[in-house]
Amino acid sequence: MQIFIDLANLIRGWITGMGISEAAAEIVMTAVGAVAVIVFILIHVILLILAERRVSAFFQLRKGPNRLGPIGIGQVLADVVKTLGKEDIIPAGADKFVFKIASTTFFATALLAYAVIPFGEGMIIQDLNIGIFYFIAIGSTATMSVLMAGWSSNNKYAMIGGMRGVAQMISYEIPMVFSLLGVVMLAGSLKMSDIVEAQKNMWFIVPQFIAFLIYYIAATAEINRAPFDLPEGEQELVAGFFIEYSGIRWALFAMAEYANMVAVSAIATTLFLGGWNAPFGLTFIPPFVWFMLKLYVMIFTFLWVRWTFPRLRVDHLMHFGWKFLIPASLANILVTGIGIYIYRAITG
Amino acid sequence: MAKLIDREALVGELNKKFGDCAEVFEDNTNQSIKVKPEKLVEVMKELKENPNYELNWIKNLNAVDYPENFTMVYHLDSLTYHHKLTVKVEVEKTNPQVPSITSLWKAADVMEREAYDLMGMVFTGHPNLKRILLADDFVGHPLRKDFQLA
Amino acid sequence: MLKTQELTLNMGPVHPSTHGVYRCVLTLDGEYVRNAVNHIGYLHRGLEKLAESRTYSQFIPYTDRLDYCSGLANELAYVMAVEKLMGITEEIPERAQYLRVICAELQRLASHGIFVGSFALDTAGMTAFFYAFRERDRVLELITRIGGNRLTPNYMRIGGVARDLEEDFFKELKQLMDDYDAAIDEYDGILTGNEIFQSRTKGVSIVSKEMALDYGFTGPNLRASGVDYDMRRDEPYGIYDRFKFEVPIGETGDTFDRYVLRVKEMRESVKIIKQALEQIPEGPVMAKVPKVIKPPVGEVFHCIENPKGHLGFHIVSDGSTKPYRTRIYSPTFVMLSAFPEMAKGTHIMDAVLILASIDIVLGEVDR
Repeated sequence: MQIFIDLANLIRGWITGMGISEAAAEIVMTAVGAVAVIVFILIHVILLILAERRVSAFFQLRKGPNRLGPIGIGQVLADVVKTLGKEDIIPAGADKFVFKIASTTFFATALLAYAVIPFGEGMIIQDLNIGIFYFIAIGSTATMSVLMAGWSSNNKYAMIGGMRGVAQMISYEIPMVFSLLGVVMLAGSLKMSDIVEAQKNMWFIVPQFIAFLIYYIAATAEINRAPFDLPEGEQELVAGFFIEYSGIRWALFAMAEYANMVAVSAIATTLFLGGWNAPFGLTFIPPFVWFMLKLYVMIFTFLWVRWTFPRLRVDHLMHFGWKFLIPASLANILVTGIGIYIYRAITG
Repeated sequence: MAKLIDREALVGELNKKFGDCAEVFEDNTNQSIKVKPEKLVEVMKELKENPNYELNWIKNLNAVDYPENFTMVYHLDSLTYHHKLTVKVEVEKTNPQVPSITSLWKAADVMEREAYDLMGMVFTGHPNLKRILLADDFVGHPLRKDFQLA
Repeated sequence: MLKTQELTLNMGPVHPSTHGVYRCVLTLDGEYVRNAVNHIGYLHRGLEKLAESRTYSQFIPYTDRLDYCSGLANELAYVMAVEKLMGITEEIPERAQYLRVICAELQRLASHGIFVGSFALDTAGMTAFFYAFRERDRVLELITRIGGNRLTPNYMRIGGVARDLEEDFFKELKQLMDDYDAAIDEYDGILTGNEIFQSRTKGVSIVSKEMALDYGFTGPNLRASGVDYDMRRDEPYGIYDRFKFEVPIGETGDTFDRYVLRVKEMRESVKIIKQALEQIPEGPVMAKVPKVIKPPVGEVFHCIENPKGHLGFHIVSDGSTKPYRTRIYSPTFVMLSAFPEMAKGTHIMDAVLILASIDIVLGEVDR
């Protein structure tokens, strides 16, 4: 049932069997876990690139990539080889140091968020007691990378894109945090495993449906996916903050986008869809598989939204964020608080 | 088919108002009048605003390099009456100056710039008479018949 | 008071939203357009000069390259102008007249299809783009059967059309026309009715009636501003007086009206083609015109209602086999000059949409 945990215990036993102290084994195990997660992300990025192309083709009455291998799986490999083989162009006028590290930090922040994602029972790199807080804090630092990329490119399109990115990501962080607060109030903990445990009987999407919607919208804006892909703004800014990037540096931005998408989907799964809990008592399917199923449903909705809606205008985006989402999320906290109070008064 | 304007009456009216400035121009289209360049703006304004004509729509503005002169051809159209009028202005080859009608129609702006660019007509009073289609450092006006190709 | 600086942004000639090699220098205050300056001419091929060294018939293929989204309609405009100059307008055979109407309206569907698609793309609605191009491609398939090329059919001739079309073509055309209304409903579903799309376009860049006339707007853009004028209905050329169709009019003259009007026009074009298919008689498709075309001395100016506006040819003949002067009045060249004023004060994202709503084609702007 729990292949990955058994596997981890096997490795742990093998390491400690070599006469290394407990503490050192723990460090090694964390490294092993991190590598496993990175492999997980890379596999997903590759899968998602293919999925995005196939799904968009499905929505757009096209066939999508279908020549290289079954369902075009070889296309992804070809893309990877092509991207790696491309010349790494750094503009003469760019701030070279910042330009170079911006793509790396953007991808790194995407990776860091995975430290607190519970893929299954016990399958979490660090079950921090401030798990959600950590996720939010790490998510915020991505803003810096966007600004760094936009600013250091020394390109007007990139700068406008970077500025838009900062304005949008900071604005939408607030409703996102507020929407997560409702869940935290219900669970009574910031710890991921506690929150999943609290959903044993009822997923939080039911009592916190408004919060789920707000989280979904704000998260879409947070990871710059259409219809909130204003920092990229293909039509007017061509590619926005990463307009000057090419080759592997550009690929890091693209990969980080998918990694972020998986991360926010995983958080949505954990906080609202019951995490690894099996619904309707279908426990013969392993928790990890349940988690992945829910994750993919979330990811599919992200793809669905992206290929359906046109892009919002910047001022509409800001109006929507500040004048609608934030008041709505505050009201949600209020209603949740009153609900909890009444519930406690009744049940004693 | 397009309705025709009684050109004799129109020309008479214009001559009465602005002095001797217009005459009927005989060609195969039966809708042309000839106007003296110095009175062009006044005549056009009258044609545009007189409620009997209301030629409020400039459809085309063209310069033709005839052997004897340059001719500016303005095709006017009326939304109200659906009738058409062609106004022609003949200028000397040595000094191709025509008053600009950008004050009446903003559409004339780009078309006049094009006529300047390709035919070398100089529109006095045009706010921004620069080349529009050709490069700024281009020499000559290619639509003139004496332009040397290659 | 915070001191801010204006930003000069060079948009084009290579930019995804300029619909070709058009360059615009925007002065931005933040992201709002303070000023815009047009720079055109990157696609100038000197067609007017070329016409002077070609015979009348030889120039027909060149007109395809004007507005390359509506080749057949351009040919029709040129051919009708030459026919008017020769005085043989009445001699065109009936069947050729109907074929011309079918061609022109098919081309209107293709051109408006591009408009809907590219407009959707400029709002980042990529899926709607593919929906619009699906039908456009079916139209282009038919145009390929008319003239052998997708964009440059070279089908019209002075005095008629190049050849008669086979029975198969009409069958497929009828099938396409039967499918078209449902397809347009789909555009409405995915794009027109979309909340985000409407908030992006409604009330943006309102062009009043007066401004439209001032800037010499023609065609759909003029009608979007509320001017009830369609050449096909009010000054019918060819046999357009035989068809029943409505002329949609915009209410406010904003970007949304300019979009939705074209969608409505597509429905009317379908109606016209359906009527033409019912009425089309058998017979010859070419009038008896001399092999060497030598119009009498004189001049002619003839406009037709092209998909993008009134395309006019002013042809001056000196009695020889080649025109003395051919002037191409292209609608988008004139309408593009209104872009700086239309874009002033709007957001840069709207400026892209406004440019798309004028529906420029650089082949026609630069000639």
